[in-house]
Amino acid sequence: MSAPTPTADDVLVEIRDLHFARGDKPIFAGVDLRIRRGEVTAIMGPSGTGKTTLLKLVGGQLQPDRGTVHVDGDNVHALGITGLYRLRRRMGMLFQSGALLTDLSVFDNVAFPLREHTDLPEPVLRDLVLLKLQAVGLRGARDLMPAELSGGMARRVALARAIALDPTMVMYDEPFTGQDPISMGVLVDLIRRLNDVLGLTSIIVSHDVAETARIADRIHVLSGGRIVESGTPEALYASESEWVRQFMHGLPDGPVPFHYPAKAGFAEDLLGAAGSGHA
Amino acid sequence: MLNGLQRLGATSLEVFARLGRGFLFLLRALAGMPALALRPGLVVQQLFSVGVLSLVIIVVSGLFVGMVLGLQGYTTLVNFGADQSLGVLVALSVVRELGPVVTALLFGGRAGSALAAEIGLMKSTDQLSGMEMMAVDPMRRVIAPRLLAGFLAMPLLAAIFSFLAIFGAYLVGVGLLGVDSGAFWGQMQDAVEFREDILNGVIKSLAFGFVASWIAVFEGYDAEPTSEGVSRATTRTVVNTSLAVLGLDFVLTALMFG
Repeated sequence: MSAPTPTADDVLVEIRDLHFARGDKPIFAGVDLRIRRGEVTAIMGPSGTGKTTLLKLVGGQLQPDRGTVHVDGDNVHALGITGLYRLRRRMGMLFQSGALLTDLSVFDNVAFPLREHTDLPEPVLRDLVLLKLQAVGLRGARDLMPAELSGGMARRVALARAIALDPTMVMYDEPFTGQDPISMGVLVDLIRRLNDVLGLTSIIVSHDVAETARIADRIHVLSGGRIVESGTPEALYASESEWVRQFMHGLPDGPVPFHYPAKAGFAEDLLGAAGSGHA
Repeated sequence: MLNGLQRLGATSLEVFARLGRGFLFLLRALAGMPALALRPGLVVQQLFSVGVLSLVIIVVSGLFVGMVLGLQGYTTLVNFGADQSLGVLVALSVVRELGPVVTALLFGGRAGSALAAEIGLMKSTDQLSGMEMMAVDPMRRVIAPRLLAGFLAMPLLAAIFSFLAIFGAYLVGVGLLGVDSGAFWGQMQDAVEFREDILNGVIKSLAFGFVASWIAVFEGYDAEPTSEGVSRATTRTVVNTSLAVLGLDFVLTALMFG
């Protein structure tokens, strides 16, 4: 099931021929990706495929070796520091760890970007912060310190902070990792609801297939430094690619084998003929 | 032999690369300083953290260093019948050398290590990255206020240290060992020059404050974002601060009094 080709106005983020390596290890070898406005887009793939790195490239925190990343028409890596910071005010980012400032309370964490970038009078700022906290269900936790929050609550506070400046897009780095079922359900619902209510564009990087597929409009699967398949969750579940099917259904064996490749056969190893040094 | 040379080369390259990163880092931090004029609260907060919270160790150390200096000075001077000059001996030792140097060493161990650990942990928990993504420059918001606070706090701490060291020597020398109080203060007043002794001591403190704070914030910012990396950064802060302060003290002393 192929979606219609998006026009330039539909696309918020456009990545072209992106190459990036860490030392000698190539991470991306020609990623092409278009993320549409107003949608929840998921970038999925096994651990170590560079999903978080891709978000850092979109946010301008890393410099690609080749290729371009355009966000809302701006070439991220051609911008000066002022232009980049201006662009980042239109981006929100939810880090896997939450990245809350540990010396500030929940209220002050959410107020932080507002205090840094605006001169709002304190009563207005207070109302705005309470609105954001109410949106994530944590208005009552405003006086708590980050150390007093559970993992799920910390991410919700981080989400309230990410939307504090009313951004155009929000990037989520592994938002569901390590969450209990209730927190997971809350986060899944929040991401979709905030996207629709606030008219955001959301990019989720995750390997939690079921949760992500529940809310994503489109999924791009990363493997071997490239996007190997893109489509709606339904299309990817029914993919003809064995690799994509194994990933989407979480099958223990397939093109990615259950067994890590060994130098010798199992029987040979047991009999000590291979001489692995641990016989 | 070749392996040894290779290791030496690699270590030298790493040292020069770190020095280069350190200088670039300093330039970026200094560029963030003018913005602090609009937000003095950030510096005041850090002055409390690196200055006020270091007071206990500075006060106690200053008092004991002075008491020991009084005792040792008296037992030596009394052999030459010069025990009434104890005040001069203590004041010159403390104001010219011990005050700035010991304060800087204590600062490195107390405030410097805390700064490095705090910034290293902020890095390892993505707080610095988070600020960048909120379009807040960590160099301006986190590094510059800490660097300036360390620079300003050091001469104040050194002054408190020196004052208490002289007071400690007074307690031992005059209170316990019978040195004449008038001679203690009078000779000190005659011998200690404002420009030659006190001002040079303040200049030393400012230089040590700058170097110690620079090392601390750079080590934290440059730390590998792991618990082991933060631990190494903290250790390096204390070691490098101590070496830099002692080396710089020799250079400054040679320039000022040589």
